[in-house]
Amino acid sequence: MFSYYLELALRSLKRSPGLTALMVLAIGFGVAASMTSWSVFRAVSGDPIPWKSSKLFVPQIDAWGPSARGNDGRNEPSDALNYTDAMALMRDRRAKLQSAMYQISPSVVPAQAGKHPLNVSGHAVYSEFFPMLDVPFRYGSGWSADDDTQRAAVVVISTKLNEKLFGGGNSVGKTVNIEGNDYRVVGVLGDWNPQPRFYDVVNTGGFSEGVEDVFLPFERAIASGIPNDGNTNCNETPKESGFVGLQRSSCVWIAYMALLEDAAAVTAYRQYLDGYASDQQKAGRFNWAPNNRLRDLPAFLDHEEVVPSDTKVSLLVALGLLMVCLVNTVGLLLAKFLRRSSEIGVRRALGAPRKAIYLQFLTEAGMVGLAGGVMGLLLTGVGVASVGLVLPKSISDLARLDLSLLVITLLVAVVATVLAGLYPTFRASRVQPAWQLKSN
Amino acid sequence: MTMHPILAALRKHKAGVVLIALQIALTLAIVCNAVFIIGQRIERVNRPTGLVENDLFLVTQQWVGAPSGDEPGGVAKLDTMQLEDLAALRNLPDVASVAPINTLPLLNSSWNGSMALQPGQELRQGQARTTYYFGDEQMLSTLGLRLVAGRGFTAGDVQHRGFRDTTSPAIVIVTRELADKLFPQGGAVGKTVYIDGSSSPTAIVGVVERLQVPSTGSWVNAFTWNATLVPTRLNANFSRYVVRAKPGRLDAAMRAVTPALYKVNPMRVLDDDSVRSFAEIRDRAYRADRGMAILMGVVCLILLCVTAAGIVGLTSFWVGQRHRQIGVRRALGARKVDILRYFQIENLLIAGAGVVIGVLLAVGLNLWLMSHYEMTRIPVPYVLTGVLAMLAIGQAAVFVPARRASNVPPVEATRAA
Repeated sequence: MFSYYLELALRSLKRSPGLTALMVLAIGFGVAASMTSWSVFRAVSGDPIPWKSSKLFVPQIDAWGPSARGNDGRNEPSDALNYTDAMALMRDRRAKLQSAMYQISPSVVPAQAGKHPLNVSGHAVYSEFFPMLDVPFRYGSGWSADDDTQRAAVVVISTKLNEKLFGGGNSVGKTVNIEGNDYRVVGVLGDWNPQPRFYDVVNTGGFSEGVEDVFLPFERAIASGIPNDGNTNCNETPKESGFVGLQRSSCVWIAYMALLEDAAAVTAYRQYLDGYASDQQKAGRFNWAPNNRLRDLPAFLDHEEVVPSDTKVSLLVALGLLMVCLVNTVGLLLAKFLRRSSEIGVRRALGAPRKAIYLQFLTEAGMVGLAGGVMGLLLTGVGVASVGLVLPKSISDLARLDLSLLVITLLVAVVATVLAGLYPTFRASRVQPAWQLKSN
Repeated sequence: MTMHPILAALRKHKAGVVLIALQIALTLAIVCNAVFIIGQRIERVNRPTGLVENDLFLVTQQWVGAPSGDEPGGVAKLDTMQLEDLAALRNLPDVASVAPINTLPLLNSSWNGSMALQPGQELRQGQARTTYYFGDEQMLSTLGLRLVAGRGFTAGDVQHRGFRDTTSPAIVIVTRELADKLFPQGGAVGKTVYIDGSSSPTAIVGVVERLQVPSTGSWVNAFTWNATLVPTRLNANFSRYVVRAKPGRLDAAMRAVTPALYKVNPMRVLDDDSVRSFAEIRDRAYRADRGMAILMGVVCLILLCVTAAGIVGLTSFWVGQRHRQIGVRRALGARKVDILRYFQIENLLIAGAGVVIGVLLAVGLNLWLMSHYEMTRIPVPYVLTGVLAMLAIGQAAVFVPARRASNVPPVEATRAA
């Protein structure tokens, strides 16, 4: 019976090719616009480390007090830490794993003569950074806790920098000249470029085009005077100048992340932070009550508004477009189905139950949806390929056409069209056979 | 012609009427807001920075193994290196002028602070927030800024200091916007201000017409035109130079920079990104805005086409359905133009209802966007234009099927349906 309905649907669609093409095009465009903007939205709002994000926490400590913020009513502490507080948290090590980090942009001098120096970007981190974030290594590994305390001259480099400096291969043990000093390579990263760059949203703003090329031990970088390359926010001008002056100031420039395994650990860490702040209050460093935050990673990304609002607005507008296309389809299907009132009347008079009418017309709607979906797939392909023309590269590169997107596109098209076909089909099934037969 | 038969006929196919009206309403709501977004973005992208942007480019470079900018000896050495670079660039045949600079408008890398009329005022409570541009006596002419009061910098004004040194400068030039904010009565030239809560005074020696801050983010909206020019070369392990090429010689000048700087000192980083024309900087800064405008434009176009096509489709169906009735009317003496009018007025009624709902939806959507995203209230002209456009599109779309209806011969009345 189903194949009969398919044949009927095909015949009906062929009878009015203009109307059919109109419906297919409308659904195709609507679905394609929504899917293209959804692919961008999905890319920027995705969880960068889904298996662990609920256990990763970002502590925020109010080191400026309410007066620095004016009266904005939110009383939010700054989203980065100053050197003093970051070092205190690192010393106490109350989380299972934790790392303070800051963005660096040192120069690297290739060993081969005649090659010009190059600029790389990366982070100064603690050894626990690598196991905490499950950073994949192609060769070697991160450095040890001893390397942290001894300020060892060791470095973890990216595959890309490894290619550039050593032509690839296992270069663990080789030396790299960074800012005039030799560093021993202990690890070469695997393919790792998380977007958003969740471990340091404060300095990267979330999305960046480049990859991270070097990771140095935090205290080594501080001792060698490798300055921070990211944002520095101050509530007052540092009293002393230079990078050392920055470390002694209340300016915030250090990102921090801690791994807390369960709810008990989170509570304990919260108490620890409040205890720390009230100790600072007693010591006279803060003259305000503890005002800390401890957000897990998804909450922190949300707080930092990592997802660009433009992508949200365009997704909304695209969904609006899809809605108009569907309303349009409801209207056209209604016209199309009711035009065949006499045919329905004959079928009903010959004994077809309402169910059969439903099946017949929903099959036809489904067919329109499928055709619209295929059309939509092609257009989505064009759309995803051309987001690079209109969006910043750091974001458009993330939008990809994959199997799930293809399946969802088809599914959305068919389901939406069948839903749109429900009302017209209902009307079709209500056609009175007697009346139709009489008027003929 | 009375409205009665039209209204009576409309009542016969409520579903179709409601669907067309709904479609028109949704389209109007979305198109109004989308066009408003486009308008805002175009306005943002087209605002002048205050620079003469032709023939302007920026050089960013980093020295390798350079002395530290945190100690006096290092600062002196870094300054010598910077002066050598400046001399080499100024010697290039295609270069008109060069100035050291820490950043440029639209570069999104900035040094922000505040200015106060009293000493020692806390940073965030200062009278006016501002962005600093550090450069030398050639900065104004290289950027192409227009001085409206006071004087420019002379070679004797220019100091140099370490990048992280926070001493206040003795003199500055400010933009007119900042001058007006600090001194609403006018006469900013010669007045004393205090920078970043400092207790040492700074004198304003000149006022330039306009200069945008480097950032294009929304957080600078309160001080987009509050720039301050400081006659100081900043010394760090990196430096930036803004270069004005001789008219029409931009490409040649840009190509000459890298070899010239390597010749002065090969121990430095100069990569693909190091020499950028201002056009490229502008392009990159506003890429997202332009993208959003294009995207909204495409969506609007699709929406309008789909809605127009929907009207054509449904009206065609009605015309087909009423073939016989049209024939009867024609046989009873209605002229072609009466039939045409009938469908046009019918469409006007439906579209009219649609735009009324649409205006409400448009305002609602705008309010919702305002509460969730950075958005301002949609101006009435946008909505009115949208209403007129929707009515016009409705009339245009209905014309073809309505003309077909008017061509139905009176003899149809005599034929069996």
